[in-house]
Amino acid sequence: MFLIIVEKSNEVIYIKITKIAKAGTLESNDILIMVMPNDSGNIELELESIVMQQFGDVIEQVILHKVKEMGIEGITIKAQDKGALDYTIGARVETAIKRAI
Amino acid sequence: MIKTVLGRELPAYIEGYGEVKPFQGAVSNERIKTRKAVKLTSVIPRDQKVLASLDQALDKLNIIDGMTISFHHHLRNGDHVLNMVLEALAKRGIKNLTVAASSIFPIHAPLVEHIKNEVVTGIVANYMSGPVPEAISRGELKKPALMQTHGGRPRAIESGDLHIDVAFIAAPTADTYGNINGVEGKSACGALGYAVSDAEYADKTVVITDNLVPYPACPIEISQVFIDYVVQVESIGDPRGIVSGTTKITKDPVALLIARMAAQVIQASGLIKDGMSFQTGAGGTSLAVAAELKDIMKREGVIGSFAAGGITGYLVEMLEEGLFRALFDVQCFDLEAIKSYRNNKQHQFMSASMYGNPHTKGAVVNNLDIMILGATEIDIAFNVNVTTGSDGVIMGGSGGHSDTAAGAKLSIVVTNLMKARLPIIKDKVTTITTPGESIDVVVTERGIAVNPRRVDLIEKLRKTELPLLTIEELKLKAEKITGVPKAIKTSDKIVAVVEYRDGSVIDVVRMVD
Repeated sequence: MFLIIVEKSNEVIYIKITKIAKAGTLESNDILIMVMPNDSGNIELELESIVMQQFGDVIEQVILHKVKEMGIEGITIKAQDKGALDYTIGARVETAIKRAI
Repeated sequence: MIKTVLGRELPAYIEGYGEVKPFQGAVSNERIKTRKAVKLTSVIPRDQKVLASLDQALDKLNIIDGMTISFHHHLRNGDHVLNMVLEALAKRGIKNLTVAASSIFPIHAPLVEHIKNEVVTGIVANYMSGPVPEAISRGELKKPALMQTHGGRPRAIESGDLHIDVAFIAAPTADTYGNINGVEGKSACGALGYAVSDAEYADKTVVITDNLVPYPACPIEISQVFIDYVVQVESIGDPRGIVSGTTKITKDPVALLIARMAAQVIQASGLIKDGMSFQTGAGGTSLAVAAELKDIMKREGVIGSFAAGGITGYLVEMLEEGLFRALFDVQCFDLEAIKSYRNNKQHQFMSASMYGNPHTKGAVVNNLDIMILGATEIDIAFNVNVTTGSDGVIMGGSGGHSDTAAGAKLSIVVTNLMKARLPIIKDKVTTITTPGESIDVVVTERGIAVNPRRVDLIEKLRKTELPLLTIEELKLKAEKITGVPKAIKTSDKIVAVVEYRDGSVIDVVRMVD
């Protein structure tokens, strides 16, 4: 597992999430995403994956890209990956965030 | 460094293993072999073989530091005997033992502690899963583990390459003079094929049973002439871990699709005809291939000669329906198989040596037409890994994989093209278990690749509708979906030596970070 913190920048208008929400499952080829608001204003990611050695960097990029694309700040993301493909990861993150707004 | 014929670089000498004979190909031209002579203690009239306890047996056996003791794996993940014996030996302060167990399972977790305390410093096995291989992969075992095959193990024992000081043979039923079988008793496991060479070639052989019966115990699977002592214990194993109640065919639609395509490949090969022979593992997809094959055989009125291997209820059903004339059974996977093995004379016992030993006058695998195999990874040279996971940690081993692949006329690997995001086809497999020359076809849900050596088969399959691709195309297809995995990091330390069935070294496993 590892933890990443992305500091917020001041140039974009950010949206905040207001509650805790989840999307996904712990089935093989899926990912369970839990999002919760934090006060730091940063994006914090805790990632666990069964393919961490082979795909950890890619999974991290996909999650952070999706969060930024949606313009979210002040979010803590806990991700438990069971070998999900990139589009699954993106969809689960998007759903979790929409449920949390 | 020296190189195998497959291009793997190996040290010429490995500390704790010895001189390395690099793998030179599946079949060797050097055909004269020697079996070793056995030093035995003869039993004279009125000697008693039954001892009061395991401790009394250990007193008599005179086990000292550095010896090799052996076990079979017929009780699988229900086995109590390996743990029981090692606990007793650890209490006696014995060190530096080598444990030669035909397979190791999660139930053998206490072995990790014995490894740490150097009670056990060597391990020889054909297959390993659970905490023990994980500890070995972390570099905790003092010597490199030796990974063999189901046919390679009896070869090593019979040639003297693997000398066993004491064989501990778990027996579901034993009589007072050491005749044993696996078909009766509360811990019944069926055929005892993997224990035969141990009994025949160890200096001393001890039977451990939880069902001691009056002489003679019939049927006799392993005979009194090989047994020194008999010990009765409360329980040799947990039936829930020994056999599964029934073996079911997968309902996973992807696996069923792969099975259907594999059956079509077999049909196109022209091998489905009277007298055909077949083997498959007990895994979901493999069994589904058997089901597809059964339909074809019935439809075409084909009667096969035999099915072989670890036997499941499904193969028993095929025997009883008259689709095969016989079964060759080295180990029973479920209760149906045990029952059939006990009652049906067409359900024939085979020892591991008869099953797969390359240095005999012909193993059963040599008579196989069709073999269905699994794979953790396969590379573009068709080499297969079933020894390590893609993370480099030991999680299996050949078992009969390379034996059957070498013997069969048609060896088919059935596998998903990707498993949990990991593409199965790679440029190079993490560990080579079975050489590509033994693998003819790979069947995945997204396409079929045929080994370019099999020009005949490619021609036959071109006439079908089956999705033929090159293995490179198949690899790219997967990587387009999953991405290209980053290579894993390993250190230089060798934690296991992978022996091919003939005793040459086909690969080594290195410690993971």
